[in-house]
Amino acid sequence: MSELLRTESLRRRFGELIAVDGVTLSFEGGILTSIIGPNGAGKTTLINLLTGSLPPDSGKILFKGEDITGIPTEKRVKKGISRSFQIMNIFPRLTVFQNVLLPVFSCLNKSMRPFSSVQDHQDAVAEAERILEDVGLWGKRDLPSGKLSHGDQRLLEMGLAVAAEPELCFLDEPSSGLNPVERVRVLELIKKMATAGKTTFVVVEHDMDVVFSLSDRIIVMSLGRMLAEGEPTEIRENKEVREIYLGEEL
Amino acid sequence: MRTGISLKFGRIPYILLGLLIALLFVIPLFADVYIIYMVINILILSLFALSVNLLLGYTGLLSFGQAAFYAAGSYGCAKILVAMDSPSLLPGVFGGLLIAGAVALVLGLLCVRHTEIYFAMLTLAFGMMIYSLALKWRSFTGGDDGLVGIPRAPLEIPGLFSLNMTPMENYYYFVLVVSLIAIFIFYRLVNSPFGLTLQGIRDSESRIPFAGISVRNYRLICFVISGLYAGLAGALLPPLENTVTPPVAHWEHSGHGVLVCLLGGIYTFAGPIVGSLVFFIVKDIIVRFTEYWLIWLGIIVLILVLALRGGVVGTLQERLFPRFGARLAKEAASERTVEN
Repeated sequence: MSELLRTESLRRRFGELIAVDGVTLSFEGGILTSIIGPNGAGKTTLINLLTGSLPPDSGKILFKGEDITGIPTEKRVKKGISRSFQIMNIFPRLTVFQNVLLPVFSCLNKSMRPFSSVQDHQDAVAEAERILEDVGLWGKRDLPSGKLSHGDQRLLEMGLAVAAEPELCFLDEPSSGLNPVERVRVLELIKKMATAGKTTFVVVEHDMDVVFSLSDRIIVMSLGRMLAEGEPTEIRENKEVREIYLGEEL
Repeated sequence: MRTGISLKFGRIPYILLGLLIALLFVIPLFADVYIIYMVINILILSLFALSVNLLLGYTGLLSFGQAAFYAAGSYGCAKILVAMDSPSLLPGVFGGLLIAGAVALVLGLLCVRHTEIYFAMLTLAFGMMIYSLALKWRSFTGGDDGLVGIPRAPLEIPGLFSLNMTPMENYYYFVLVVSLIAIFIFYRLVNSPFGLTLQGIRDSESRIPFAGISVRNYRLICFVISGLYAGLAGALLPPLENTVTPPVAHWEHSGHGVLVCLLGGIYTFAGPIVGSLVFFIVKDIIVRFTEYWLIWLGIIVLILVLALRGGVVGTLQERLFPRFGARLAKEAASERTVEN
């Protein structure tokens, strides 16, 4: 498979803390990669750099060969990079259906349409319906999304992330704060979306069960650097990785 | 299966709306000039409040500078009408509207980078700059005397028709038609994909870029549209009063707009319109008893805002609609089974 995104010695510091310290890595299409590492390893900062929420201090980001280091988030999204958030970030006053419609309109370049009713756009409505069926929230489409349960909000969050039809989608701790039942639903959803093949997922996760059951490839970060990368079996055997996860069953 | 004769609940809002519009059209037939004058003012305030609420309720931006655009519309319209050899209403009103839009574009470029309190303070500051201009630029604005002798110009399209606007009821019909068109356009706007995007910005500014949308561009467009509405409201004033004075640009006037929105309910479409009605009725009643009407208005607004969270319309929707909404849903369901 072809290379989707590549970074070249990406660096970002916050005062004295070097959050991401010269990371060079690449993600390939169709390979579900997980990024793991202890708290403060720089995982979320890395995603923020890749999606444009933060500018890097130095280094380069290339998406399908094109330098996207300096371009703003919304343009990266249009090129095909999307993400979900660790802390819930949906549109709480809008209904579940409207939540999904919003990025769908943007994807169809119809967000600027000022005078047509939302319902007039059959293509957008159909696409939003499909996404809601996918994430299993069709039955709750008319609820204000702020009233959903935590687990349902997480499913919606993922629905929003894929509504922009990304080629590459980062999921920031998709299972955090969920109960076991909800966690299984979210995992199932990720697997389903990944096998659908349209989108390549990169998952940042704390939960090792999740990571090893999902991933084709794992990247381990520690103190802002890339410590190891490889297939799950290789990572399980890796000595350094075992050290930083000392005491944990890998 | 239902027969066509039975009243369907889904139609009630439309019937009520139709009755209300019909009522507005027949008011001049039985009401005196004072009532007509009041309703014109309520319509103008409604447009102004809608402009505030496009920012506040739909985009999550609190502007304390809307009076600046209102004033731009007022002074613009007044200047045009005074300058014309044979004054005509439409160039005055549309000229004022466009001038307000231009001012909003310039100030918007400077304001929309900021949010929350910073945005509110910036709009307040720019608003007061416009107020100072109105007050101090005596040669152009007439200073604190304002502009006087503005004609209530006839509504005419050369070669087609010319309607005399001097009788109050004629001008009332003009304001009514313009307002209804503007309100209809506003309704389309906020229920469009564009309106949905604005509401997304209100709900989560940080998420919007990840839908591939530039927050700043949308805010700027919204700011300009809001300025246009404030300008339209302002432009309708000089032909009514025959004068414009600096208080229309004062932040207190902007504050009224915000107050009216809170009264009616900022998360509802009709809130600002109903708020305007309540505002004028309350004011009209209190003024009969005391000249310190602002104090009493403040107290009444406080009580209304605290008791009716979400405003008059918001509260009505919450209290009445659960039942009403349930009936609607039932009807829709029964219709669907009939279709099958």
